[in-house]
Amino acid sequence: MAAAMATKTISARLDQDAETAKLGLLQRIHLDAPLLLALLALCGFGLLVVYSAGDRNPLIVERQLARMGIAFVLMFAIAQVPPLILRRWSFALYLLGVAMLVAVLLFGDIGKGAQRWLDLGVVRFQPSELLKLAVPMAAAWLLSIRPLPPRPGWILLAIILTLIPVLLIAKQPDLGTSLLVASAGALVLFVAGLSWWMILALASVVAAIAPVVWLFMHDYQRARVLTFLDPESDPLGTGYHIIQSQIAIGSGGISGKGWLNGTQSHLEFLPERHTDFIFAVIGEEFGFAGILALLALYLFIILRGLVIVARARDNYGRLLAGGLILVFFVYVFVNTGMVTGLLPVVGVPLPLISYGGTSMVTLMIGFGMIMAVETHKKPVRP
Amino acid sequence: MRLTSFEDRRREQRLVATRALVAGVLVLIGLCLLALRLLHLQVDRHDHFSVLSKDNRVKVQPVPPSRGLIYDASGVVLADNHPTFSLEITIEKVADLAGTIDELARLVPIDANDRARFERLKRQRMRFQGVPIRLNMTPEEVARFAVDGHRFPAVDVRAELIRTYPLGESTAHVLGYVGRINEREMTLIDTSNYAGTHFIGKGGLEKAHEDVLHGRVGYQQVEVNARGRILRTLESTPPTPGQDLSLYLDMALQQEAINALGERRGAVVAIDPRDGGVLAMVSKPSYNPNLFVEGISQTDYNALLHSIDKPLFDRAARGQYPPGSTVKPFIALGGLATGFTTARKTTHCSGAFSLPGQSHRFRCWRKGGHGTVNLERAIVESCDVYFYSLANQMGIDRLHGFLSQFGFGARTGVDVAGELPGLLPSREWKQRVRKQPWYPGETLIVGIGQGSFLATPLQLAAATATMANRGHFIQPRLARASRFPGADTESEFPRVSRDVEVGDARYWDNVIDAMSQVVESPRGTAKRIRSPDYRIAGKTGTSQVFTIGQKQTYNAAKIPERMRDHALFVAFAPVEDPRIAVAVLVENGGHGGSDAAPVARRVMDVYLGGSTLLPTDATGDGGSDGD
Repeated sequence: MAAAMATKTISARLDQDAETAKLGLLQRIHLDAPLLLALLALCGFGLLVVYSAGDRNPLIVERQLARMGIAFVLMFAIAQVPPLILRRWSFALYLLGVAMLVAVLLFGDIGKGAQRWLDLGVVRFQPSELLKLAVPMAAAWLLSIRPLPPRPGWILLAIILTLIPVLLIAKQPDLGTSLLVASAGALVLFVAGLSWWMILALASVVAAIAPVVWLFMHDYQRARVLTFLDPESDPLGTGYHIIQSQIAIGSGGISGKGWLNGTQSHLEFLPERHTDFIFAVIGEEFGFAGILALLALYLFIILRGLVIVARARDNYGRLLAGGLILVFFVYVFVNTGMVTGLLPVVGVPLPLISYGGTSMVTLMIGFGMIMAVETHKKPVRP
Repeated sequence: MRLTSFEDRRREQRLVATRALVAGVLVLIGLCLLALRLLHLQVDRHDHFSVLSKDNRVKVQPVPPSRGLIYDASGVVLADNHPTFSLEITIEKVADLAGTIDELARLVPIDANDRARFERLKRQRMRFQGVPIRLNMTPEEVARFAVDGHRFPAVDVRAELIRTYPLGESTAHVLGYVGRINEREMTLIDTSNYAGTHFIGKGGLEKAHEDVLHGRVGYQQVEVNARGRILRTLESTPPTPGQDLSLYLDMALQQEAINALGERRGAVVAIDPRDGGVLAMVSKPSYNPNLFVEGISQTDYNALLHSIDKPLFDRAARGQYPPGSTVKPFIALGGLATGFTTARKTTHCSGAFSLPGQSHRFRCWRKGGHGTVNLERAIVESCDVYFYSLANQMGIDRLHGFLSQFGFGARTGVDVAGELPGLLPSREWKQRVRKQPWYPGETLIVGIGQGSFLATPLQLAAATATMANRGHFIQPRLARASRFPGADTESEFPRVSRDVEVGDARYWDNVIDAMSQVVESPRGTAKRIRSPDYRIAGKTGTSQVFTIGQKQTYNAAKIPERMRDHALFVAFAPVEDPRIAVAVLVENGGHGGSDAAPVARRVMDVYLGGSTLLPTDATGDGGSDGD
C-alpha cells in the first residue's frame, strides 16, 4: 500500500517537474498559461466590442485599456502571494469589509439612488466589491479549519458569515452584488462537499423566504421582476431594456450584422449598450457564431479553473479557487440570462467585457488568487 | 489547522474533485441552456426580430406636395407660398401641456395671442398632428430652440410653406383661402393623400380646385435613432406638386371694379362672352384672407362676422337679389321666341295694369304712363306695363322654361366654391316650397324681375354674356389652365356650353338693338354712360330691398340708407363684336342708371381701351330709371 502510494507520489512529482520544465518562466512567476491566454483573448475581444458599443469613442477604449492594465498588474501581484499567506489575512479582510459596509450605510455617498460609495479622500470606493473576494476567502478559511466535509455547526457559521455582508449590501440597495456575494458563500459550501440533502434543504428555505424578500424589495426591484415575467406589459418603461436587447440579439441572426454595423446599438435603441447590455451588442454584430465562440471561451476559463480546484493540494486553496471560479460563472450566467430574457434584469456586468473598472479589477484579483493556488504548490510529502 | 491523516487528505481531495466535476457538468448544462436560448432568438425567430429591428430604425414619412400657385391672366401672382418656421407641439406625446408651454416660453417668446391660437387650433386638430404654438420664428429663435430642443421631445420646429395672398382684400372672395384641416374635412378627404398636409382650401377657387392645387403626397423612408432624429434618407418617392392655375381674371379690371365701387357695398362680375372667362369678380366690402391662413383670432373673426357690412359675404356668387328690370330684355326675347309679341306689337301704358276681373293695380314705375309702347321702347324706357302684359300672356311655365335657358335659377357651375343658385319661381317650386298654387298676379311680378325671383350678379353676367353671344351659353370659369411647376405645356380646362334657341336670329337683333338704345338713346335709362369709343348694350334695373339678415337694432341713422333699393346694371360691349359682359350691383345704391352703370363703364373702358372720362355728372333727374 505504502509502496503504491509512493509510486504515485513520485509520478506526481515527475508530472510536476515536466510541467515546470514545459512552462518554465510563466510557472516561475506564478502565472497559469492556459488561463492567462484565455483571459487575454477575452479582454482583447472585449475591447473590440466596447469600441463598437461606445460609438467608436477612442477615449472609452483608452480608459478600458488602462483599467485592464491595472487589473492585470494586480492579478500578477496577487498571484505571487502564497495562498497560505492569503488564508492568514482572510478573516481580517472580511472584518474590514463588513466594517466598511456599515460605514457606507452610515456615511456613504449616494449614487443612482443607492448608497454604495465610500469616499476615502483619495479614491471613491465600493466596499461591496471587496466583499466579493473577502466572503469566499473567509468562508474558505472557516471551512478549511476542520476536515471536509464540514459538520452542521461549521456550515451554520459559514452561512452566518455570508449572510451578514449580503444583508448589508442588499440594504444599500444593490441586489445584483448581494446575490453575487451570497452565491460566493454558497458555492464555497458546495465545493466543500455540503451534502446533497443539505443543499436541497437550504434551497427549500431560500424558496420559502423568497416571498418575504419580495416584501422588503424596493419598487424598482419589484418592477424588474414583474417586467421579467411579462416584458410586453410595459414596453416603453422597464420592459424596454429586455425587448430591445432581444430585438438586437435576434436580428443578429447566425452571422451577425458585422462589427460596428449593429443598428440597435448604434442608433441608440439598446440602453446600457456598453455596460450591462453589451452581450446584446455581441449578439447583434457577431451573431450566433460569435456568441458560441464567446461562450466557448468562458467555458474554457471555467473548466480550467475547476481543473485547478481538483488539483489543488490544500483545502483553503480548493475552496477559494472553487468559490471564485464558480462565482465567475454566476456572473456570466446572470448577465447573459438577463440580456437574453431568461432571468430578470439585475445590474451585473458581463465579466471582463463590459465597460467599467470595478468589476474587472475584482475579477482579475480573483484570477490572481486562482493562479496562486495553482502555482504555489509545495511537493506533497507522505 | 489540525493535522489530518493522509487518508483524510485523499478523501478530501476526491470529494472536492467530485464537486468540481459536478460543477463542471452544471456549468456545461447552464451554458447549453443559454446556447439554446440564443439559438431560439437568433435562428428560429431571426426573421421576426429582423422586422422589429427594421421597424425600430426605419420610419416612413409623408412628404407633402407644394401647393400650386395662382396667377391672373397677365401672370400676376395672386396666391403664393411663403416659407416659415413654426414651433409645433404634438399634444398626444405630452404629459403636462401647460408646463411644457411655460417651459418653451422661457426659450422663445410666446405671447397671449399665440396661446389663444394654440387653444383654438388644438380643438380642431387631427390626432398626432402637431399644433403650432409659435409661428414665423426668426432664424435666431430657431437656433435657440435647436440647442435646447432635446428637452422637448414632443416639440418640433417645422419648416412650412404658408399660403399668402399678396393682393389681400382684392381677391379674397374669388380665391377664398386655405386653413388648417379640421375634423369635419378629415372625413371628406383622402387622408393618405393629405398625410403630410396641414392646409386645405376653405372657399372660393382654393376649394373648387383643391384637387389640382394640392397634388399627390410623396413618401420617404428615413433611418431614425432612438430619439427619433432622422439620420439619413433610405428611399424616397417624391411628391407630385400641385399644379399652378392661370386665371382669366385680369387684375387691372378687378382693381378698376373695386375702385369704381369705392366705399359702396356691391358686386361686379365681368365675363368674356367669347370663352366664358371671368375677367373680374368683385364683392365689396372685402376682408384680408391672410388672417385666416393660420387661424384668425376670435376678436377679429367676430368683428368680421358681425359687421353690418357683411365683409365675409361673397355678394358676387352668393348674393341673391331680385334682378329687377335687368331681366326685361330676356323676357322680351322670350316673348319673341314664343310668338306672344313682335318687334312692332304695341301695348298701351297708362301707368298701371290690372288683370281682368281684378281690382288690384300693378303700377308702372312712371306714374303718368308711357303711352303706346313697342318692344324697343319698353326696354329703353323700361316700361313695366308692357312686361306685365307680356308675362301675363306668356304665363309662368313659358317664362320659367325660357329664362332657365339663360342660367337663371340654377348654379352657373363657376369654379368658385359656395355659389348659390338664385331662384327662378315656378308652379312646381311654389307647390313644393310654399305648398300653395301659383297665382296669375305673381307671373306679372316675375315679368319685372321682382318678388321671389332672385339672381346672383354672377348669373346676371352669365346671362348677359349669353345675350351678347346670341344664345351661346358658356359656363363661366375663373381658371383657364393648369400647369405643373416648371412644365412647358399647360392643360386648358374644358369648356361647357349650350345654346338657347329662339327660332329666328332677328329676334336677337331686336332685343340687342333695344339694349344698345338704353345707352345710346337720349331717352335711355343709361344714356349717361354712352361711350364715344365703342357701343354698349345694357339694361338698368332696381332691386327692391330684401334683408340680408339685417337686424333692427342697428345704428338708427343708417337704417334709411339700408332700406333703399339696390341698383343694378347689366351690359356688354362692343355691340358689334362683344368682348365683355358686365353685371353690377350696388346695394342700396338707388338707381341702376346713375349708380351701377358708371361702374360697368369704367370696367369696360379698361378692358376695351376706351377713354375713361365719363360724361359729366348726372344731370339731376335727367335719366329715367327703371321701375
